[in-house]
Amino acid sequence: MAAPTPLSAGDIEELGEELDRLRAEVLASRGEDDARYIRRVIAAQRGLEAGGRLVMFASLLPPAWLAGTAMLTLAKILENMEIGHNVLHGQWDWMRDPGIHSTTWEWDSASPAAQWKYSHNYVHHTYTNVLGRDRDLGYSMLRVAPEQPWRPVYLAQPLYNLALAVVFEWGIALYDVEIERAWRREKDLDETLSHLGGALEKVARQGLKDYVVFPLLAGPAFLPVFLGNLTANVARNVWAHSVIFCGHFPDGTRTFTEEEIEGESRGEWYLRQLLGSANISGPPALHLLTGNLSHQIEHHLFPDLPSNRYAQIAPRVRALCERFGLPYTTGTLPRQTANVWGRILRLALPGPTRSRTGETSPEPVIPARAA
Amino acid sequence: MLAIRAFLGAVAGSMTSPLRPGDFRATINPLWSRHRLSGRVEEISPETSDTSTIVVRPGLGWRGGLAGQHVGVDVSIDGVWHRRTFSLSSPPGRPDGLIAITVKARPDGAVSRHIVHALRPGQTVRLGHPSGRFVLPDELPDRLLFVTAGSGITPVMSMLRHLAEGRRMPDVFLAHSARNASEVIFGEELRRIAAQFPNVRLYEHHTRPAGGRPAARLTMAALSAICTDIPERMAWVCGPLGMVDDAESYWRESGISDRLLTERFHSVVSPGGGQGGRVRFIRSGRETTATADVSLLAAGEEAGVLMPSGCQMGVCHSCLVPLVDGRVRDLRTGEEYGAPGDLIQTCVSAPARDVDIDL
Repeated sequence: MAAPTPLSAGDIEELGEELDRLRAEVLASRGEDDARYIRRVIAAQRGLEAGGRLVMFASLLPPAWLAGTAMLTLAKILENMEIGHNVLHGQWDWMRDPGIHSTTWEWDSASPAAQWKYSHNYVHHTYTNVLGRDRDLGYSMLRVAPEQPWRPVYLAQPLYNLALAVVFEWGIALYDVEIERAWRREKDLDETLSHLGGALEKVARQGLKDYVVFPLLAGPAFLPVFLGNLTANVARNVWAHSVIFCGHFPDGTRTFTEEEIEGESRGEWYLRQLLGSANISGPPALHLLTGNLSHQIEHHLFPDLPSNRYAQIAPRVRALCERFGLPYTTGTLPRQTANVWGRILRLALPGPTRSRTGETSPEPVIPARAA
Repeated sequence: MLAIRAFLGAVAGSMTSPLRPGDFRATINPLWSRHRLSGRVEEISPETSDTSTIVVRPGLGWRGGLAGQHVGVDVSIDGVWHRRTFSLSSPPGRPDGLIAITVKARPDGAVSRHIVHALRPGQTVRLGHPSGRFVLPDELPDRLLFVTAGSGITPVMSMLRHLAEGRRMPDVFLAHSARNASEVIFGEELRRIAAQFPNVRLYEHHTRPAGGRPAARLTMAALSAICTDIPERMAWVCGPLGMVDDAESYWRESGISDRLLTERFHSVVSPGGGQGGRVRFIRSGRETTATADVSLLAAGEEAGVLMPSGCQMGVCHSCLVPLVDGRVRDLRTGEEYGAPGDLIQTCVSAPARDVDIDL
């Protein structure tokens, strides 16, 4: 890998060993407390969901509508972020609980778990921020890195990114089918159609629940319940979109070329994850609601460690960054969101096209300090 | 009626999708899930110095079992679920709906020691469904013989309790081997049953009688001198490998193998051979390496794969999974086998070299 930092090969190897040790330490200390944590989050989420839907049946009264919708929104956010995303990463597989396992879990999202696991766990986490390999880099429709060549369609990207935020889960479901790869004949047509069928089936089940069954059960409150569920889904879409965009696209994160990752060592892989990810700083409640993707750096270094441990190891990862003179990009949610939107607006226009060799740091690095 | 139930079920299913209604019920009480069967520990009572009986209230979905069958039980230790298989010691259909297993803590068995020494009333265990053919036939024979050793008495205890509840106690000869009188699991109850029913004979064989020198093991040759009508009895033998082997050759030589049912405890694992290799779990996308003396079941569980499992000793075939590629070695015999598509018993098979498993 072309050196993106002044680190020597020995430094990179040492960094890798330090991170391996950190990982081994967490693995060795997983136990009952962690198991209790995820079981409690799941119980709270199910309680909120059942409670929210129940309260919403009374939603001809505006306060009940507000309370029910807020509870359901919270439940849906927890379900996708702290539970679904992390369970599907296999973070809780070590418990050997068939009810909380990456191979049996299905989540409350339009994208079927199996398809999402492939496009996210494998493609995105293996080829993080590699141009041409990481499909999450702009989701095949946005220019989020200056190294992506400009096309006229990007002039409209601020608009359609806004639209994407609103329909995010549906966008991800469609995106996981990889239609554009089938179009370019990189993916078998039959396989694509079968994936599309699976996605449509899931989409139908999801839609049936939120927009037909519960509104019908509410009888006279059909419309408020319909709108409450719609609000909860849209709110979660916008939230997930914001959190995820803050993870890899703010200033301070960088992209890589396919040549750069050829023959990548374990240490270099860690380094790429570190340089390609950004954290969000805030209180514990924020970390919970982002599914601990606010610790995107720690998550990308160790995608299968239990999410409740990221906050615990973050200071040590940060100390390692300081020791090796590496950036540790972090900022508050409003700041990072504004930053990402600024970038999407700027890159809608042609240029700047920066050197693809990555010899210089492409963006001013946010120094490692509390944001 | 059925159509209404099916309709309501479909509505409930679409309300909780992608989860099942049982997942929500289980969040309130684990016993309320039908598709993931659980039980609550009600009582733990010591039987001998290293053996306890665990009384469990099974949750919804429990279908009951036959006397003599075994059941998979999962216990959580440090947040990790471990499955082991135990014979039910309770008779089927207890009026209070409870079931019991009787577990001996083995010195090297982390799970059995946890169950005997650390499990507490009120805790939740997972349950499988009872299975096994070591049971009483529908038509009870007139004369029965039970030969057991150590914790091999548990399935037979279930049968005896069942028979004692019945209308007519058949002619029973029970030969049980233990170290000494105080080490006999269910000793008091066995002696009480023998005293209560004139046609139940109990022969206790002690290998380390108190104060005396170690005595010989219980052999079929010795037993045939004590129980003189063995060939006329339907027999159940449950105990360590040596005892069961001895019984099987005795009945084979007598030409009446069809009158014998056996169940083995303890597996015999032969020392390593071959070099092991990389183990890939194709569907879960997991990969690990295992030496030639580590079972694929242990390797998979260590790697976080949801491995089906049961008795852990190659008896119950609950752990069968298809082999995709590579060869495995049977830990009991040392024999190397396996062609793509073969169903392999992961609990007693180790990788002979690199293997791919369809899981």
